[in-house]
Amino acid sequence: MADHKKEIDNVTGVETTGHEWDGLKELNNPLPKWWLYIFYATIAWSVVYWILMPSWPLINSYTTGLLGYSQRSVATQEYDEALEARAQTGQELMNASLEEIQNTPQLLEFAMANGGAAFADNCAPCHGTGATGFVGYPNLQDDNWIWGGTLDDIAMTISYGVRSEHDETRVGEMLAFGRDELLDKEQVKTVSNYVASLAGLDTNPSYDMAAGKELYAENCASCHADNGTGLQELGAPNLTSPSWVYDRSVEGIVAQVNNPRHGVMPAWIDRLGETTVKSLAVYVHSLGGGQ
Amino acid sequence: MAVRKARHLTLEEGGFALSLTILAFLCLIVAGRTYDQVLAFHAVVLTVAMLAGVFVIFRRYFDEVNQPAPLEIDDRPNYNMGPVKFSAWMAVFWGVAGFLVGCIIAFQLAYPALNLDLPWTSFGRLRPLHTSAVIFAFGGNVLLATSFYVVQRTCNARMPGQISPWFVVLGYNLFIVIAGTGYLLGVTQGKEYAEPEWYADWMLTIVWVAYLLVFLGTIWRRREPHIYVANWFYLAFIVTVAVLHIFNNASLPVSIYSSKSYIVWSGVQDAMVQWWYGHNAVGFFLTAGFLAIMYYFIPKRAERPVYSYRLSIVHFWALIFIYIWAGPHHLHYTALPQWASTLGMTFSIILWMPSWGGMINGLMTLSGAWDKLRTDPVLRMMVVSVAFYGMSTFEGPVMSIRAVNSLSHYTDWTIGHVHAGALGWVGYISFGALYCLIPWLYGRRNVYSLKLVDWHFWISTLGIVLYICAMWVSGIMQGLMWRAYDSLGFLEYSFIETVDAMHPYYVIRAIGGTMFLIGALIMVYNLIMTALHSEEAESASEPNSGLVAAE
Repeated sequence: MADHKKEIDNVTGVETTGHEWDGLKELNNPLPKWWLYIFYATIAWSVVYWILMPSWPLINSYTTGLLGYSQRSVATQEYDEALEARAQTGQELMNASLEEIQNTPQLLEFAMANGGAAFADNCAPCHGTGATGFVGYPNLQDDNWIWGGTLDDIAMTISYGVRSEHDETRVGEMLAFGRDELLDKEQVKTVSNYVASLAGLDTNPSYDMAAGKELYAENCASCHADNGTGLQELGAPNLTSPSWVYDRSVEGIVAQVNNPRHGVMPAWIDRLGETTVKSLAVYVHSLGGGQ
Repeated sequence: MAVRKARHLTLEEGGFALSLTILAFLCLIVAGRTYDQVLAFHAVVLTVAMLAGVFVIFRRYFDEVNQPAPLEIDDRPNYNMGPVKFSAWMAVFWGVAGFLVGCIIAFQLAYPALNLDLPWTSFGRLRPLHTSAVIFAFGGNVLLATSFYVVQRTCNARMPGQISPWFVVLGYNLFIVIAGTGYLLGVTQGKEYAEPEWYADWMLTIVWVAYLLVFLGTIWRRREPHIYVANWFYLAFIVTVAVLHIFNNASLPVSIYSSKSYIVWSGVQDAMVQWWYGHNAVGFFLTAGFLAIMYYFIPKRAERPVYSYRLSIVHFWALIFIYIWAGPHHLHYTALPQWASTLGMTFSIILWMPSWGGMINGLMTLSGAWDKLRTDPVLRMMVVSVAFYGMSTFEGPVMSIRAVNSLSHYTDWTIGHVHAGALGWVGYISFGALYCLIPWLYGRRNVYSLKLVDWHFWISTLGIVLYICAMWVSGIMQGLMWRAYDSLGFLEYSFIETVDAMHPYYVIRAIGGTMFLIGALIMVYNLIMTALHSEEAESASEPNSGLVAAE
């Protein structure tokens, strides 16, 4: 309809193509030179890249490129180099005892770097990036240890875990005095009130402290010790410490005596290997509470 | 059935009535027999919708209002603008909904407690709701509305069919509802930007074929000797999206009574098909389709001819030929063979100039009309949109380079890049088109308030800048932290430390997104007032006749 009606655009002096749609026209400008040359340059660059690098698929293989570059071999080579770079110190770390690592500056530096990185990726989700723990997850910054705070104790806990699926795991089970009706409701409250007094919490004068002490001696002292300081061999926590894994209140104690919670820590030895577990033990030991 | 009447149902009406009845019956069987509650819900919704469609067809028939509309009135085409109006308003609605969900998930990233510990409001379900709402619901309806408008006007012909155009726009929006409610209820295919399950995919396929036929039918009827450049882009968009959709969603349902399906591709082939689809959803849905909008609305608004016909041809063919190769750049340093990765990268580099061809044609069309940027905020919005298009189509090839990608991939830089294109390019060209389209459709000379358009422009531009800059900083920082080693070869930072470091940028991003949403709400008010406010209607019986290219 509007064909062959070429006209000159007044503003730019350029001819139109003579087409018109709904009042829209087109100028007959040439391709911008800079545009065309950059377009050619990107094509030329790509052809060079194809010649040098793996690029076009063939029937059973592909063009491997003149440089012989392969991302797979580069990746494995870099991985091997990294392993090699660590191999010597890693081997020394493997052979040294935990105390030797702690006393040899070069090994200690390596163990702290390795342990710090491993802690942030594997331990921080439960124990926190600052290792201060959460409810249910122990604080590793203080000197209150459930399973012991020496280098060897820590290494063992990390290696095999607590109530984990590993055969060597640390296991400690508190009896469910309330749920299994070993104690009646009143007795649970009475003994909990006594435990609160050991912990230095406010106690309720309506409960008989002497009866509570007796109940404690009969039921609790075998694990938590007469004075409430616990027994690390059994994983029985120190009740006199201000740092508790669960709720530190009379209600919390009653809940625990009724139906205790048993947290789980996984065994790490098979996943992280001995060198990293040793590094982690040294790292955790250094956090402030190591014994 | 109704043969006693003098008139007959047309073939189109009869075909739709019969097909919808059969499909409604099938859906009813599925709804009754399925053990899958979400599928039962969706099947009931579809049954009701299809029966409503059959009811409307027959009511039109018995009310005797189903005479085919005249193709021309007084030798002027009698355009079919009903479906255009519907899609335009649906675009406005879905746009606000999609931006709102985007703001919610942006705040969830900064403050995870906002997940509310409910499955329906968790990030994992709301994120696909956001992407689908903005890309397919908002973007899709803008494309439907503008394509039906532009193809009719530039072909000088009414689009074919009485029922078909309505089937396309209603069916498409019903697909959005089925897909979106599915995400919230936990039904997903788990493929990014292709989350809807098999039955929704089938539904979209049928609707899309109808869309293609209506579009082609209009071109077939055209009373112009040539096909306008915008229609080439629309056609490339419709055809390619159909092919992409079918290949990437080739899946087998566990049973016809289950919403769950398994994709036929596996392993790295599945990844490759997914990103061939994913990248070309960007290339053909969000680029080709919206370039079509640019090619109509910018010259129209600027009242200037398109800068270069030759450039439009060359960059069109270069763009569609090269885009289709670029997908593998999403899979650098993965199980994908290196040869595929380098091909994807080189074609992404070659794509730079074909993309910029569209930018040049958009910007240079303004030559002789640059002064209008001062007075017309709608045109300013569309020009800034083209500038964002140029920026993100340069950033894209840079990020596709393997060395750059090793830093940028999986970081927020990608999110920033996507939003430069999505908010800046797709968002602004769509807003510009809606600010033109709504007044035209309602016979108004201009939008209700240009001052409010100005406010929309400045608030959301500031929002986009905050968003993109926050994501650049956060993304590059994240990438650098991930690859930082100490002197002994151990990782310097844990993952959680990188998340912690990004918190302030997440807050800035959420604020930027909220500003973008506020801008869109201003637009909603402005557009509604444009439609309601008719003080100048009497003087604008044919509003477009005044807009012809300057001589």
